[in-house]
Amino acid sequence: MQLAVIALVALLVLGLVAAGVVVVRHRSKLVATPPPRRVPAGPTPAAPVVTRPDTPAQVAPERQAEAAVLEPAAPAALEEPAEPVEVVLAARPSFRDRLSKARDAIAGSFRSILARTSIDADTWDELEEALIKADVGVELTMELLDALRLRAKDENITEPDQLLDALKAQLKERLVGADRSLHLEAGTPNVWLFVGVNGVGKTTTIGKVGHQQVQQGRSVLMAAGDTFRAAAAEQLETWAERAGADFVRGAEGGDPSSVVFDGVQRAAARGVDVVLADTAGRLHTKSNLMDELAKVRRVAAREPGRLTEVLLVLDAVTGQNGLVQAQQFTEATELTGVVLTKLDGSAKGGIVLAIEARLGIPVKLVGLGEGIGDLVEFDPDEFVDALFE
Amino acid sequence: MFEALSDRFEGIFGRLRNRGRLSEEDIDEVLREIRVALLEADVNLRVVRSFQTRVREALVGEELSRALNPAQQVIKAVHQELVNTLGGETMRITFAPRPPTVVLMAGLQGSGKTTTSGKLARWFKSQGRNPLLVAADLQRPAAVEQLRTLARQVDVPVFSASDEIVRSGTGDPVEVARQCLAEATRLGRDVVIIDTAGRLAIDAELMEQVRQISEATQPHYTFLVVDAMTGQDAVNVAEAFHATLSLDGVILTKLDGDARGGAALSVKEVVGKPIAFASTGEKLADFDLFHPDRLAGRILGMGDVLTLIEKAEQVYEQSEAEAAAEALLEGRFTLEDFLQQMQQLKKMGPLSGILGMMPGVPKEVRDAQIDDGHLARVEAIIRSMTTAERADPTVIDASRRGRIAKGSGTNPQEVQALVSQFNEVQRLMKRFGGFGSKRSKGSRKDRKNDKKKGKGAARGGGRVTTKGPVAVPTINLEELAEKEKAKRPGGGLKLPGLNL
Repeated sequence: MQLAVIALVALLVLGLVAAGVVVVRHRSKLVATPPPRRVPAGPTPAAPVVTRPDTPAQVAPERQAEAAVLEPAAPAALEEPAEPVEVVLAARPSFRDRLSKARDAIAGSFRSILARTSIDADTWDELEEALIKADVGVELTMELLDALRLRAKDENITEPDQLLDALKAQLKERLVGADRSLHLEAGTPNVWLFVGVNGVGKTTTIGKVGHQQVQQGRSVLMAAGDTFRAAAAEQLETWAERAGADFVRGAEGGDPSSVVFDGVQRAAARGVDVVLADTAGRLHTKSNLMDELAKVRRVAAREPGRLTEVLLVLDAVTGQNGLVQAQQFTEATELTGVVLTKLDGSAKGGIVLAIEARLGIPVKLVGLGEGIGDLVEFDPDEFVDALFE
Repeated sequence: MFEALSDRFEGIFGRLRNRGRLSEEDIDEVLREIRVALLEADVNLRVVRSFQTRVREALVGEELSRALNPAQQVIKAVHQELVNTLGGETMRITFAPRPPTVVLMAGLQGSGKTTTSGKLARWFKSQGRNPLLVAADLQRPAAVEQLRTLARQVDVPVFSASDEIVRSGTGDPVEVARQCLAEATRLGRDVVIIDTAGRLAIDAELMEQVRQISEATQPHYTFLVVDAMTGQDAVNVAEAFHATLSLDGVILTKLDGDARGGAALSVKEVVGKPIAFASTGEKLADFDLFHPDRLAGRILGMGDVLTLIEKAEQVYEQSEAEAAAEALLEGRFTLEDFLQQMQQLKKMGPLSGILGMMPGVPKEVRDAQIDDGHLARVEAIIRSMTTAERADPTVIDASRRGRIAKGSGTNPQEVQALVSQFNEVQRLMKRFGGFGSKRSKGSRKDRKNDKKKGKGAARGGGRVTTKGPVAVPTINLEELAEKEKAKRPGGGLKLPGLNL
């Protein structure tokens, strides 16, 4: 019985896919260099059916038609030449102070490296181990170490501590130069959209960002676009009260786009500077929810709103799945940056290195605790140093 | 980006097909691949090492079986080792002789404790129990409100501090925990589920607080809630919580994503406590006892056949399915049947999800994104056909095409495309059908021939048939195949690419 059923299901699915009855979109391969920013938010044009490269493309024609319809709906807010205003964050806790707690808690794998007198296979193993343990990922770790081997040869590095310094320098070189400021354009309201999977701390991050913006003298409106999770709106409302921000919510289970729309309208009417739009946490594998998010993005970017930031909130504890998350979220919403939360724990958040290297999306902010002030700018130097402690 | 282990192995084993034994070097190479696969699945480095050692022991000197190719054999060994490590059986929840049975939930922020508490309450209810939810998370804004909302959905009472205290944010969760047992007795509830605030394992103050909650309530079960997406740090977290609370098990959340859930393996190995439950979706019903063998397949990037079978069984009637499959394979499959089967298939969830669970699906297909929206268009087109047209699409001429296009809101090209694609599928299926009956009787030699023929058919079937020895959950399937054969001599259906 079971085999009959499973065979039937399998045959059907394979048949559907093979014959291209169902359009298959090929996920674009990750590229080593930062890809050029995709202009429209429309769906990726359908690729020919992957299972049968030798048959004529069986892409249903309406796919392209759809894309064409969607394209004009995505305004290019980001391309407006209005001058960006750099945001300076308020008095902040030091990265280093916060991380010291975590440092004490985990035994440093690097003491032993430094205790050695010469570089041998074990030294390399330990470097590899440290990077992997920090969730940097196997592939990027190998890439980094290969580059380090060349460098060690070129620069005649013989001491383990020099090697470690060279690795740190190499990592820092990769990280400097990225634009990590939060963008604001002249005119109101600017919209900052926060996206991410469930439980990474989107709502809390919005509370903290809102607090900082208010501290810096900007008016803020928080839009409770998470209409799905129980009591998410209440949670954001509490933050809005604490931060002294305006607050807009919709009905539970309502359309998040309409909440964001209302928020932008109200912000425009009242001359509010920044709209912080929350969204429900969603797994990047749920294509219907990702479509919903793409719609929220389109609505947020519609006049009078100016969508100047789309931030992926990422939990520092996330492993290799973080890269897939970033990939999928940027396909749906064109991310402008990453907020790395919960870095005050023992997790190192090394996956952001892979995200920057593969997708070119910079980390902009780092969350270091539950307090309203515990959000700081990302500091490459301190981040890299912390990876190895 | 994540290659299934079986894909990786293909290269290695290509050149040792004819040897009877794995050499040391072969094993080393294989173990390196296993290492990468496990690390990509977020299995902790320390655990990967000990795992490698055990797999090596299992493989060295092992005579290669004739029934399986080397890749399958190694994967079988690895899979078996994974299942052993994860704990072979699902956990049995027992109840305290003197109620209430107390369950304490702990974990990092955002791992899903509150939602899981709600799901657990629903699960206990389905077991005929009367749970009480206790909101001991007085820290995160609106956490109590969230638990209340969930509790309303599952119709379970919530005990917490008074509203003013909750709102002030100064409530003492230990105090709430102290009072909850008396409340449970008063209400006659026999299970108490205590939801605590998320905390970092390195936060001494908060860890002391949860220890006090544990001391005050003496829980029968202390569960650590772990996000399936957790990386290398999972082990540190689990160790710290275990040291403080002495865990009884782990609940794995967010398994509905594409994270491989290697963290669970790490936690099991390091803490030695089983994974009790797994949460596989946002709905409250998406939650059940954990099946270790299924996660093992997932970590290795193999399909999850058992879950697929279960899902299929929920929507398919046996006789109906058999009849349809037979029709499909014999080429007697009409558009009408197709429509019906599509309806059933839709009940099983999005196509991409089903594909992900299917073993032996080529990587390109697995990684592709499938748009379910197009099913609706296909459906509309078929529904706009007359019964005669559905039974025999060849009667559809330009005029009929135009009518169907109008009726379904599509255009004649699409109608034409569907019809020709349908014919193509039918042709394909007939060929599969031919394979099936041959293979079931055939010797190994026959199978090889089939494979060669399969290659010839690449135009039609793509890699699905050409892949050859797709090393997949031979373990599960063999068993099933045996059972199936016993029931129905003569074989019947065989799924191409599965090497049953």
